Amino acid sequence: MKIGVFICHCGENIGRTVDCPRVSKAAEWFPGVVHSVDYKYMCSDPGQNMIKDAIREKGLDAIVVGSCSPHMHEKTFRKAALDAGINPFLCEMANLREHVSWVHDDIEEATQKAIDLTRMAVEKVKRNQPLATIKVPVTKRTLVIGGGIAGIQAALDVANAGYEVVLVEKEPSIGGHMSQLSETFPTLDCSQCILTPRMVEVYQHPKIKLMTYSEVEKVEGFIGNFHVTIRQKARHIDASKCTGCGLCITKCPIRKKAFNSFEEGMAYRPAVYVPFPQAVPNIPVIDETVCTYYKNGKCGVCVKVCGREAIMFDQQDKLVTEEIGAIIMATGYKLYDISKKPDDSFIKGYGEYGYGKYKDVIDGLQFERIASASGPTSGEFKRPSDGKEPKKVVFIQCVGSRDDSKGFSYCSKICCMYTAKHAMLYKHKVHDGEAYVFYMDIRSGGKMYEEFVRRAIEEDGVKYVRGRVSKVYEQNGKYIVKGEDTIAGMPVEIEADMVVLATAMIAQENASTLAQTVGIPYDKYGFFNEAHPKLRPIESTTGGIFLAGACQSPKDIPESVAMASAAAAKTMVLFGSDMLEREPVVARVNELLCGGCFYCRKVCPYSAIEVREIKDRNGVVIKEVAYVNDGLCQGCGTCTATCPSKSVELMGFTNEQIFAQIAAL
Amino acid sequence: MTTHTSTHASTIADEIAEKTFQDVSLCYQCGKCSAGCPVRYYMDVAPNKIVRFIQLGFYEEALKSSTPWLCAGCQTCSTRCPQEFDLAKFMDAVRELALEKGVKVKEQDILKFHKAFLHQIENFGRAYEVGLVAEYKLKTMHLFDDVDSAPGMIMKGKLKLLPHVIKGRKAVKDIFIKTAEKKQTKK
Repeated sequence: MKIGVFICHCGENIGRTVDCPRVSKAAEWFPGVVHSVDYKYMCSDPGQNMIKDAIREKGLDAIVVGSCSPHMHEKTFRKAALDAGINPFLCEMANLREHVSWVHDDIEEATQKAIDLTRMAVEKVKRNQPLATIKVPVTKRTLVIGGGIAGIQAALDVANAGYEVVLVEKEPSIGGHMSQLSETFPTLDCSQCILTPRMVEVYQHPKIKLMTYSEVEKVEGFIGNFHVTIRQKARHIDASKCTGCGLCITKCPIRKKAFNSFEEGMAYRPAVYVPFPQAVPNIPVIDETVCTYYKNGKCGVCVKVCGREAIMFDQQDKLVTEEIGAIIMATGYKLYDISKKPDDSFIKGYGEYGYGKYKDVIDGLQFERIASASGPTSGEFKRPSDGKEPKKVVFIQCVGSRDDSKGFSYCSKICCMYTAKHAMLYKHKVHDGEAYVFYMDIRSGGKMYEEFVRRAIEEDGVKYVRGRVSKVYEQNGKYIVKGEDTIAGMPVEIEADMVVLATAMIAQENASTLAQTVGIPYDKYGFFNEAHPKLRPIESTTGGIFLAGACQSPKDIPESVAMASAAAAKTMVLFGSDMLEREPVVARVNELLCGGCFYCRKVCPYSAIEVREIKDRNGVVIKEVAYVNDGLCQGCGTCTATCPSKSVELMGFTNEQIFAQIAAL
Repeated sequence: MTTHTSTHASTIADEIAEKTFQDVSLCYQCGKCSAGCPVRYYMDVAPNKIVRFIQLGFYEEALKSSTPWLCAGCQTCSTRCPQEFDLAKFMDAVRELALEKGVKVKEQDILKFHKAFLHQIENFGRAYEVGLVAEYKLKTMHLFDDVDSAPGMIMKGKLKLLPHVIKGRKAVKDIFIKTAEKKQTKK
């Protein structure tokens, strides 16, 4: 075997502390080395040409470059080796910069260490095997989990790029929280008016497979090759027959047994229902828990009125598997539930604000429904208790957020803006009404956001009081809000007709369970973790899984949409090539030696080890051995260290190579 | 401090807006005015807090405070305000309202000085220093305060013994009469 050694000065970086010509001279005497030189900048074009020319002229089989860290230039030198006609994995590097010159002062000792490291690399490269990059095929289909504004945007972007999308939504309709909103800050345009066209676009898009009332049950596989099992919950309506005429809904006799969750519990819905009139798809769902038919087998009014025979009481949940290349998580958020307060619960309620006790103390989304033209009051300001128009409304910010004692220390980010919007909407409709906002800080970063808050104060006369409210209690038909204006240093008491709590955004119900199912990390609040907080905010740490919208942290609509489009772009980067290339530094099992103890399976952090059956000619299983999935293996070497029979080897770092390196020291 | 219930009838805030052509809601309580105020240390309440009192409807606290009276009207605050709220003008309006509402003014001496000053203007059409000093001292009975600075001022010609009379003396007097009439009709 003919080996070439190339020692780099890295300008002064190595040359200052290491006597490079001496290292190069010493290397000439290592067994197997036929060529050894040193040069000022090995990574430069002339430096690379030196390597290429030497390989060609001297017929080198392998090379060792003594220069910087492999993190810096391994790719460069491997490419040079490949260009000159040898396998790139027959190029090794000795780190003479980070491991020697940058950490030592003594020239004599540093030079000696550089010689040692070079010798070790030479001994290793002698035992290197030519390796080929692993190629994994990519299924060019995207799964989007969640059909809110983020999911809708991501699905449309990917589909418009020409790739198939499966959009899974757990509710009967897509639209998410945005469909519940009245008007949106800072422009006050109607939420439904800008959202519903997009919902319809999703429904009609030939590249989007829309699966509502469905949940992701299982995710197997790896980047480019996920196998996803989706549970389609039984609607008890034959979607292929239903025309969405709504006759079953109007005739259903069960009118007041179930709260309408779209109206945030401020209205009832029948047993057969669509969440809201603009629902997509416009196909109802029968609620088994309240429908009389499921109690005693009677009623069946819907069956009688349905002209299409679409009612299917015996319909069962269906499991569907999909082949997917990339997953976009867009599961959104839910609102902090202020009424819930069991002592052992992570969420502690706000008993002091009387939510759940006083009907006119409501949360942010309930206010949205009251303010919405399609809401239970048709957009007129009527308070829930007696339907009277409230003349004095108090808005309390930071309810559930920025409150360690209640379990959530983060800022929910959107509440300052939505409270300003709420107060504004109220003042626009009730001219003689008064709106008070209790705040701690006003956080209105964003285009036209600060201007919007000032508009509420200066133009609409909303009164902002700095301080947290301590208590809300009822007295003579009024809700007394006790607070302090910390600027004036004065106690403030307001006799309100209605109190609106600016409740925080928190992680979606069961977000952590879903994260475990999909295989991505999440934080202590249940928000999904990004791979890097600054430079990789869209990717999860699992390859091929991306994040969009409020499932990652509280976000408003423009941010969610931007993130969704970014996630869509990331999937398109993935789909840009037919095959994914991976470094061949993966574990390999010697099936002859493997005893099938599967300790490796237990320790593998990436679930990359599978069971393979070895059969004889007649198809009888002789033994089971471990098998490494190249797509999942990250080359950490844990299995190699664990295997009792030494039958797993890490390619490029075999035991033989490592021992030879140590022996050369 | 007593507990207050704010009411909708923000009359004083409205009157201030009428007098100064600016709404108190403009102020976002950054505190820059108080930070730069040269007489802040003698005030019982910071200037921004007076605005806050008016914003919240704590009118009594605002009108009773010494702050509007100690305000020298130097306009440092008005010049520096990020919201371009003219605080000096606002303080003027607060002083006027305090008098109109018959609030007991904490800084009686300053009020007497203002009155003496206006009296001189009314009579001579401009300030007559010796007359002003004499009237102020008689009103406050601070007869011998700052007397030692008088000789120097006389030597430099800062204190003229006889009043300087302007041409439009009658017109100035008319302004005082008309203002008084206007006040009368308003009541």
